Amino acid sequence: MSFSVPQALENELDELASHYPQKRSASLMFLHALQEHFGHLSQEAVDWTAQKLGLQPINVYELVTFYPMFRQEPLGKTQIKVCRTLSCALAGSAELRAHLIGKLGLDSHRHGPQTTVDGQFTVEFVECLASCGTAPVVMVNEDLLEKCSVADCDRVLAKGRK
Amino acid sequence: MSNVVTPAPAPAAPPPVEKIRIKVDGRDIEVPKMLPDWQGKPVPTTMLQAVQIAGGEVPHYCYHPKLPVAGNCRMCLVEFGTPMMDPATRKPVLNEDGTPKILRSVLPYEPQTPRGAIACATPISPGMELYPSSPATRQMREAVLESLLINHPLDCPICDQAGECKLQEYSVEHGQAASRFVEPKVHKPKAVDLGPRIILDDERCILCTRCIRFTKDIAGDDALGIVNRGSYNTIAAAPGRQFDNNYTLNTVDLCPVGALTSKDFRFKMRVWFLKETKSLCNSCGTGCNIQVGSRENVIHRFEPRENDAVNSSWMCDAGRLNYQWVGRSDRLQEVLIRGARSTWTTAVAEVVSRLISAPKGSVAVVASARQTTEELYLLRAIAARHGAITDSIPREGEGDRLLVSEDRNPNSQGVRLTGIAYTEMGIRLPEIAEGIRAGRIRTLLVFGEDVTQYGLDAELLGQLETLVVSDILPNATTALAHILLPGCAHVEKRGTYINVKGRVQRFMKAVEPRGDARPEWEFLAEIARGLGVASGFSTIEGLFNRMAGEVPALAGVEWAKLGDGGVTVPV
Repeated sequence: MSFSVPQALENELDELASHYPQKRSASLMFLHALQEHFGHLSQEAVDWTAQKLGLQPINVYELVTFYPMFRQEPLGKTQIKVCRTLSCALAGSAELRAHLIGKLGLDSHRHGPQTTVDGQFTVEFVECLASCGTAPVVMVNEDLLEKCSVADCDRVLAKGRK
Repeated sequence: MSNVVTPAPAPAAPPPVEKIRIKVDGRDIEVPKMLPDWQGKPVPTTMLQAVQIAGGEVPHYCYHPKLPVAGNCRMCLVEFGTPMMDPATRKPVLNEDGTPKILRSVLPYEPQTPRGAIACATPISPGMELYPSSPATRQMREAVLESLLINHPLDCPICDQAGECKLQEYSVEHGQAASRFVEPKVHKPKAVDLGPRIILDDERCILCTRCIRFTKDIAGDDALGIVNRGSYNTIAAAPGRQFDNNYTLNTVDLCPVGALTSKDFRFKMRVWFLKETKSLCNSCGTGCNIQVGSRENVIHRFEPRENDAVNSSWMCDAGRLNYQWVGRSDRLQEVLIRGARSTWTTAVAEVVSRLISAPKGSVAVVASARQTTEELYLLRAIAARHGAITDSIPREGEGDRLLVSEDRNPNSQGVRLTGIAYTEMGIRLPEIAEGIRAGRIRTLLVFGEDVTQYGLDAELLGQLETLVVSDILPNATTALAHILLPGCAHVEKRGTYINVKGRVQRFMKAVEPRGDARPEWEFLAEIARGLGVASGFSTIEGLFNRMAGEVPALAGVEWAKLGDGGVTVPV
């Protein structure tokens, strides 16, 4: 699959880069936009960003590997982020993850995001989702599930399978 | 810094240096307010430099005087104090005895705990007191060192850096005998193939970023970075990219630990067995100062030696790796007369008698710009006696903006200044060829060049009465020699080169020559003595000083005055 950035997106990014006194400052915005469009940041996306901003690929690659929400691999259609920071951990987020992992046949000992072989779901532990008062919380794509229960998780899986 | 000797410049009064008075470990000293940074630009003097001026040392990993300051390793933390100021009057507060009251730096939320500052990046101010030997400073160093060793594999027994490792050195001085760390260590990539000449062990890395800064700011190839996060931080090149510029091996020298290793040197030799000899690189006209590491007559590595007048602290990879040929098994090792093994006494006498009987104008000399200045001088003296045409062979390549010169001969200026070729090298070769063809030139002396590649082909050389050849490795010309005199690599003898900018630099002997091979200057001196053209010296020192007395450009220069860094002469 060849990598190509649509003209409209490229124009939008060029315009964005022009707002910064140093083009390099637009790196993160570029990466967010490309990830939103492609679903993940391939090596080509890193090279394209570097070339656009007059950087070396390593300068961009450092950012991509630093931030956990930048993805270097394609993820599942439904992305489930389970919060593991203190309030959620106390409220049982580990059980939620174990349940999801078990149901989807993933490896509970592995770190980082895991995607089912059919590419339907990705499950991962993340740091604080900033909703400690309604722990435990889970993010399903862009939606926040508060006071999430095992039953809520099952509903997410059922909906995602449709 | 270096004991570089230059001919005294016109005695212009140096601009007054503004000084600051501070105290280091209770001792009053004056230090310049500003000092040059890595680019030579004056910047405020740092605590680290002040301690060095006071004769002390501040341990450090990430700081390097030739690189931008990063301040990330924290090893150079030093406890300090500043004069207390009255906030109302802005006057210093004095003790009862009239001395200024010093405010020791402490943690803002824990006034009983001293707060250090990183000496590499903290400027000094008037009246400041530095305590590089205080218990608090020692404690900070211990803590930093302990933290740096948390995930370090401690594989010193098989590590190439062992013996010249800053982690080892500082552990002896500032470390603890026992590790308190019981948790499992973080594992990182091992034996990463970073580029064609470099292997990286990420577990040994302490993330000082010297390699990143060198390749970005000095070599101009922004190829390295730190990827991942937290304890998983690793040095890396972008995926699919090679760390491959002509200066990569300098990062191995810069690496304070054993993370970056040279593919050429790794696992070959424990560094403490190496004999170190001050020498020069002869791969181009820059003449980078080097240190040869050898053991039992085998060269194991070249490393750059600091000389700010020539190569700073660096050298190119091509020059650094250009040593293996010295140990080649096909080196010329025997004195040969018409193909039969002979002795130096016989061969020198033979050369002398043939030259004595040669009519004026029937001799020509092709010298090499890879020879030492002393050898070129002797050849020139021999040639002058016979009114011989002399020339040499130019060798050109692509230069770069850092060190590599377009002139690939190490001693073109020596060729010029001794008069072997006053102007352009190689322009008299056709004249020599024509002379041989016409039968005017009957004797040819060739030193260190394969002239069959430069217009004097085998057929032409066959017409000569006498062909004297000296070289190190066999080639088409040495095969045709009537008298073959085996010579030395520059690491096997002493001598001088004059670099493209006119820096006269000397090099020392690192290893013994092979077989019967001898330094060319020795047998050239014997020949010259036999011809009555050079006498009054028996050592290289004497020869150099005699040459300096005769070559106008070298007037006033003496072997002893060259020092380790050389002397610049007008060219």
